[in-house]
Amino acid sequence: MKKKRIGVFICHCGTNIAGTVDVKKVAEALSKHDGVVHSEDYVYMCSDPGQKRIVEAIKENDLDKVVVSCCSPNLHESTFRNAVKEADKNAFQCEIANIREQCSWVHPNMEEGTDKAIKITKTVVEKVKHNEELEPISVPVTRRALVIGGGISGIQAALDIANSGHEVILVEKSPSIGGHMIQLSETFPTLDCSQCILTPKMVEVSKHEKIKLLTYSEVQEVSGYVGNFKAKILKKPTYVDPDLCTLCDECTKVCPVVVESEFELGLTGRRAIYIPFPQAIPATYILDDTGCPGLLPIACGKCADVCDPGAIDFDQKPEIVEEEIGVIVVATGYDLYDKTNMGEYGYGKIPDVMDGLQFERLCSASGPTNGKIIRPSDLKEPKELVFIQCAGSRDPELHCAYCSKICCMYTSKHAMLYKHHVHDGQAYVFYIDIRSGGKGYEEFVQRTVENDGVLYLRGKVSKVFQDGDKVKVWGVDTLAGKDIEIDADLVVLAMAMRPSEGTEKLAKILKMSLDKDGFFSEAHPKLKPVESVSAGMFIAGAAQAPKDIPEAVAQASGAAAKAIGILSQERLYHSPMVAKVNKHLCTGCRMCVDVCAYDAISIKDGIAEVNEVLCEGCGTCSATCLRAAISVKNSTPYQVHEMINASLGG
Amino acid sequence: MTEEFEPKIVAFLCKWCSSAGSDLAGVSRMEYPSNVIPIQVLCSGSVSPLYILSAFNKGADGVLVSGCHPGDCHYIKGNYYSRRRIALLKELLNFIGLEPERFKMSWVSAAEGTKYTEVIKEFVDELKPLGAQTKLRRNG
Ligand code: FES
Repeated sequence: MKKKRIGVFICHCGTNIAGTVDVKKVAEALSKHDGVVHSEDYVYMCSDPGQKRIVEAIKENDLDKVVVSCCSPNLHESTFRNAVKEADKNAFQCEIANIREQCSWVHPNMEEGTDKAIKITKTVVEKVKHNEELEPISVPVTRRALVIGGGISGIQAALDIANSGHEVILVEKSPSIGGHMIQLSETFPTLDCSQCILTPKMVEVSKHEKIKLLTYSEVQEVSGYVGNFKAKILKKPTYVDPDLCTLCDECTKVCPVVVESEFELGLTGRRAIYIPFPQAIPATYILDDTGCPGLLPIACGKCADVCDPGAIDFDQKPEIVEEEIGVIVVATGYDLYDKTNMGEYGYGKIPDVMDGLQFERLCSASGPTNGKIIRPSDLKEPKELVFIQCAGSRDPELHCAYCSKICCMYTSKHAMLYKHHVHDGQAYVFYIDIRSGGKGYEEFVQRTVENDGVLYLRGKVSKVFQDGDKVKVWGVDTLAGKDIEIDADLVVLAMAMRPSEGTEKLAKILKMSLDKDGFFSEAHPKLKPVESVSAGMFIAGAAQAPKDIPEAVAQASGAAAKAIGILSQERLYHSPMVAKVNKHLCTGCRMCVDVCAYDAISIKDGIAEVNEVLCEGCGTCSATCLRAAISVKNSTPYQVHEMINASLGG
Repeated sequence: MTEEFEPKIVAFLCKWCSSAGSDLAGVSRMEYPSNVIPIQVLCSGSVSPLYILSAFNKGADGVLVSGCHPGDCHYIKGNYYSRRRIALLKELLNFIGLEPERFKMSWVSAAEGTKYTEVIKEFVDELKPLGAQTKLRRNG
């Protein structure tokens, strides 16, 4: 066999690599390495001229294989593999040696960096030396999408995908879509009514022929891979047939059970049979089986007695719905950080300390007070109202380290709305900084300060406690250098945004990674903001990080566009780096079959056989096999042993 | 002997978490000792005990295997298999008299650039006093 001819290309990446790695020396050292017949360095390998050099060098030197020493393979592997293809070579004859993220950027000492870069490059040369030529495996695409979460982001993504002609399954865990946005009273900076702008979209979802809506449902299991996922969705029983329910409201009049209303955030109660809010989609009552005594036959059953159309069915059972889809959009949103964590603000003990979402309900014309701002303890109109920003945010020691981004704006809106309702009241806002980046945002805050006379105090609040019928607020004004004491009637906390409840569980089901704060991780912080690292899974809205409505909508449309990009293809291509069985060594012992997480291996005629479409190439089988009879293409034990040798300077 | 001993370390990093975590350490320009040569594998589950023995045999002073946190493996359960296998290997290495400090397994996620640098720093510090590994090293 003719000895393979390898070319090595060392990128300077400007000074990113060349600043701490002597690239000339690396190129020189590699030129002496076994099998390397060409070695050069260039200032920006990924630039057009850089890629051309590779193509030309392959032709001039009759190269079979190429190693590019540059940044992480996550960034430019495909760039260089395409360049190699241009020179009529198989893409898998190109490998990337990461000498930037894993070397030049972390080792400021030139001598050490250079030495390590040489070893890294040699290691990868040893790998490419034994790479096979491979072609991607093609698989058909199931042209349907699963959108998880029915808040504004999920609604937007579902509508965009459905409007492109693809079917969408929209799954929402609560009884109605709408998310937190439907709870809001007005939205900044235009003060348009949140329900008025959201309900038309909700109705569109419910009427869309391409959207299958599954509310009160949760995704339980997802298997498969991009283009071909299978999902199991648990549909919880609502005990009411939505097609029969006429929304007559007779049932709630007779239901004896009262529990806290989730939608009104505990500011008022609801019955065990209820509609979450008047514009709920699907428009139907549901029966909450945790409180209802009627599920035990004859225990109550009053609602069924008065239900003329006979919509109530106590015998409904949980149902598992199985769906096949090609892509998944995760739009699970946020929840507010729990106030009980904020001892300094006395939550749980003080009735007149509430969070921002509760205040939204208080301002809302459809809320528990019909839009009258009154405080919970004695239903009196508060004349002195204190808003506390960054409650739980920007506090790495005790709470969340990050900025929740929307609180400056909604607090400003709250203060403004309060002044519009209570003209003779005084609003105070404690803040650390005002972050009002966004179209029309800064002007909005200025309006609150100048037109509505809201007093902004720069500083932290150290303690909030009940004092008679007042809520005493102790804080400081760091600009005036003064201690501040306010006898407030009501205190509103701008609580931090957290990933919504259940995020962690869902991440495990989807095998998606979470960031240090528990939000879904995007594939790249700048260039892949809607992709996750798992192919075919996208992220939209506050599930990824705190964001406001326009940003959530934009990201949802972005995620939808990416999803449509996959759904509009007939076939997708799957990595060919899959397991391969050496028939002469295999004894059919089944150890590989048992460890494979994808059921990709079976025994045929006493010998293991790999289903290449199902195989993800993880290599667990190969590490398990006692006879080295199974290995992953282009990542064989032989290759790894050679790499180890090279990495140790051998 | 004036110069400090610099251990040679081979690190098997899974592509999805630990290698991405070490990339993040780079993007964040965190400094750490250059003793480690990373070998990217798809999953920690693909690291055969033979790789580790082979590294010691070829002269490594320390070997690190790093993968996704338990439960987070991109391939569902590769790291669980890895963890089991490595527990056994540890005993074997112990039995043949190799210092237990020479072999390490860690969980580093794609978001844990800081943790990666800490793992490396700690490992290098632990290996320095041990000097060169000769127990399993082949002659010549
Ligand atoms: S992919 Fe990281 S341990 Fe399996």
